[in-house]
Amino acid sequence: MADENETKGEGKHKYSIIVPTYNERLNIALIVYLIFKHLRDVDFEIIVVDDGSPDGTQEIVKQLQHLYGEDRILSSVFVFVMMQLLRARAKKLGLGTAYIHGLKHATGDFVVIMDADLSHHPKYLPSFIKKQLETNASIVTGTRYVKGGGVHGWNLMRKLTSRGANVLAQTLLWPGVSDLTGSFRLYKKSVLEDVISSCVSKGYVFQMEMIVRATRKGYHIEEVPITFVDRVFGTSKLGGSEIVEYLKGLIYLLLTT
Amino acid sequence: MKHVVKILSLLVAVSAFWIVLLQAAIVPQSHTLLLPIYFVVSLGCYGLLMVGIGIMQFPTCPQEADLLNHDIAEAKDFLSTNGIDIGTY
Repeated sequence: MADENETKGEGKHKYSIIVPTYNERLNIALIVYLIFKHLRDVDFEIIVVDDGSPDGTQEIVKQLQHLYGEDRILSSVFVFVMMQLLRARAKKLGLGTAYIHGLKHATGDFVVIMDADLSHHPKYLPSFIKKQLETNASIVTGTRYVKGGGVHGWNLMRKLTSRGANVLAQTLLWPGVSDLTGSFRLYKKSVLEDVISSCVSKGYVFQMEMIVRATRKGYHIEEVPITFVDRVFGTSKLGGSEIVEYLKGLIYLLLTT
Repeated sequence: MKHVVKILSLLVAVSAFWIVLLQAAIVPQSHTLLLPIYFVVSLGCYGLLMVGIGIMQFPTCPQEADLLNHDIAEAKDFLSTNGIDIGTY
């Protein structure tokens, strides 16, 4: 079916937007509104994969389904059986599983993954779609580090670690993208299924592994600039253990990709 | 070919070249022996330079926070008039 669309040129495409959530009761409603606002003439569905949030996220999603239609918003609660050390940590651990779970319900030929906390703004969705249609890329990834993109809400220390991490990763891995840890991406569905099956990392290293494995497999990857407003930064710290995790992830990727 | 194999073969090629230089002694051996150190140091300097440049040119977008707040207000407005229970946030 995808080939048929491509030969027709302006074929019909459907975009499945997977949003993993944990305690994003308000943000999920805001995101859904903004997605509908910015994707007016696009065929899409939103797949909310909720990690058993205790804050009523599921209720809000039901209300949104009622408002926008159950064929546009799918949701699923998946029971996450793991030792929950810290809530933030548990959230990170569930990401790959959340995507795989969401993929099972996706009926589009393209899949978008994005965060639920409004650091990824739905207003960039049209630019992802446009870039993919122009270049027929397998993956379009959002980058915060080029002109036209940017970050708000980071202090100097945070920028330093981000930049240092990026230079190190570029030197070691030659990844072919400017923003390795970004998680605002558009994939062809078949490509996502292929790449995700070979990834085993957790958290943001998982995001890195996805894009590096995709590069190694020779997939055509394009980038679009995005802006990233970090509203959570004040509460979460980038401590020593995070840096160690990152370095371990880098070495793992260096050796196994 | 795995990426690490690519890097290792590059290192092997460079090392072979270095050893050839040592043997051929076109350049005085004392200089040639120091080449790896020069290489590592310049690599480190290059890395630091890239980090420094990156920080100076780090793209920021302060206006985005305002735009986002505006979008949030608009969204809250729409949602509450359409019966979505946003609660007290």
